[in-house]
Amino acid sequence: MPSVGAALGGGGATAAPAQRPRRNWVPYALLLPGLLWLALFYATPMVTLGSQSLQEGNVYDGFVFTGNLSVYPQALSEYWPQLLRSLGYAATATFFGLLLAYPLAYFMAQKAGRWKNIMLILVIAPFFTSFLIRTLAWRIILSDGGVVSDFFERTGLINLLEWLTLTTGGTLLNSKFAVMAGLTYNFLPFMILPLYAALERLDPRYMEAARDLYASGWQTFRHVIWPLSLPGVVAGTLLTFIPATGDYINSRLLGNTQTVMIGQVIDSLFLRVLDYPQAAALSFILLIMIVTLVALYVRRAGTEELV
Amino acid sequence: MTWIKRHLLAFAALAVLAYLLIPNLVVAIFSFNDPRGRYNYEWNEFSAAAWLNPCGSPGLCEALGLSLRIGFIAAFVATVLGTLVAFALGRHRFRGRSGTNLLIFMPMATPEVVMGSSLLTLFVMAGIPSGAVNITIAHIMFCLSFVVVAVKARVSSLDPRLEEAAADLGANPFQTFLRVTLPLAAPGIAAGALLAFSLSFDDYIITNFNASPSSITFPMYVWGAAQRGTPVEIFVVGTVMFLIALTVVVIGQMLSSRRDRKA
Repeated sequence: MPSVGAALGGGGATAAPAQRPRRNWVPYALLLPGLLWLALFYATPMVTLGSQSLQEGNVYDGFVFTGNLSVYPQALSEYWPQLLRSLGYAATATFFGLLLAYPLAYFMAQKAGRWKNIMLILVIAPFFTSFLIRTLAWRIILSDGGVVSDFFERTGLINLLEWLTLTTGGTLLNSKFAVMAGLTYNFLPFMILPLYAALERLDPRYMEAARDLYASGWQTFRHVIWPLSLPGVVAGTLLTFIPATGDYINSRLLGNTQTVMIGQVIDSLFLRVLDYPQAAALSFILLIMIVTLVALYVRRAGTEELV
Repeated sequence: MTWIKRHLLAFAALAVLAYLLIPNLVVAIFSFNDPRGRYNYEWNEFSAAAWLNPCGSPGLCEALGLSLRIGFIAAFVATVLGTLVAFALGRHRFRGRSGTNLLIFMPMATPEVVMGSSLLTLFVMAGIPSGAVNITIAHIMFCLSFVVVAVKARVSSLDPRLEEAAADLGANPFQTFLRVTLPLAAPGIAAGALLAFSLSFDDYIITNFNASPSSITFPMYVWGAAQRGTPVEIFVVGTVMFLIALTVVVIGQMLSSRRDRKA
């Protein structure tokens, strides 16, 4: 289904709208219900989130707005390790995701021929099945005595992981390694599809021209393929990094107490500890951080229209 | 040298594809397991018991039913609203375009935990108790943007001359829309609806913030189960979902390639 690929392509089809004179109210009438929904259930909650963070009280007696900003430095000083860890894990997953997705996307787009559609189906299909169950499957795959852990032991790779402090006690599960492998895996289709959309539009004659001009394989990649695939790279890395930062399914199911990510903290503060102001403050900090990073990144990468 | 290189690329591509698919394979294999304890993490012996009685795990089928209902409603509403927005963006020039783009982009650029928790604060302040309605509202919100992107990609690639031709042949704007524009945009709308359904069906984080004990969706059931033990039945559901998804995607692919041949 190429349309899904194009759909997630982000930087993709952004053709200019048809320029025909139409009655002026038509677009606004079309926009109204959708934008109203987003204004009510996306934008307004951001205001109530901010307001919640500046309230004091408890769930039973109710909260009162006091405008007490000290909750922010408090939350930051208490939870900065989890915040930094989330960004680090997400960045790692994004990096490895790009490394893995690029060859597959390039192969599908340029080399696969009649296998292209089948490969595309195989990339999309796992994405339509439960995220949680697939993450549970990683517990089976990485378990002690399994094929993977056996391989890591025989090749001595486990010693490398231990040395890098990615695993402890000689087991792959419940470790940083497992969490990052899970994150990389879970968001990989979000990286592959935009890359595929960008690489599919690449005219093979550019590569031929580069070769005719005596560019090496690496030079062709560096100066022709990579720059032309940048819109896909930008869309793919954003679509991986953002959800990975807030995710806590992987860290909860595959990690240990040392791999707690910020989403897990927000979840437990909101739903278990019931400390709404602190939880709201952390949530708001996460939002601001992501928006800032995305804005800087998009500006630097120079892709304007992402929708 | 180029021969080696080309095959190196193919091997790398296939290895990544395997990385993507192995968990699904493991889920399918372990749906036939008869685990020794409460956790279905270790192979013990073959059993088709879970396949014969997938509702055997208490509460599982109720959760599945709720997820399907929420998924259908959320996908339907998000597809209608999203398609309208996509037509406005793909077909019209108007003031406030960049603001609209930003509002559509933001939900895709916001971590789920932020959207989930912020909606919870909204509902708490409005005095609305958590439950299935809140979950559905939330799902429509985050699926909407994905539908817009899917449909807009299709709508902006359509040739406006086809609509002009319809108008020249005496069709009124309504007929043109119904008989020309809508069928042409249908693949994008279908892709958007499918994406919305799967996003809604699979969502755990946003749902968890807005659910009550009486509105347990399938992902929440799996999560709860994972803390106490993993019934084999959830692996059966996972496998069936994979097979259904594969079928739907294959049919969609066949339809679109047949249309391409006709065109």
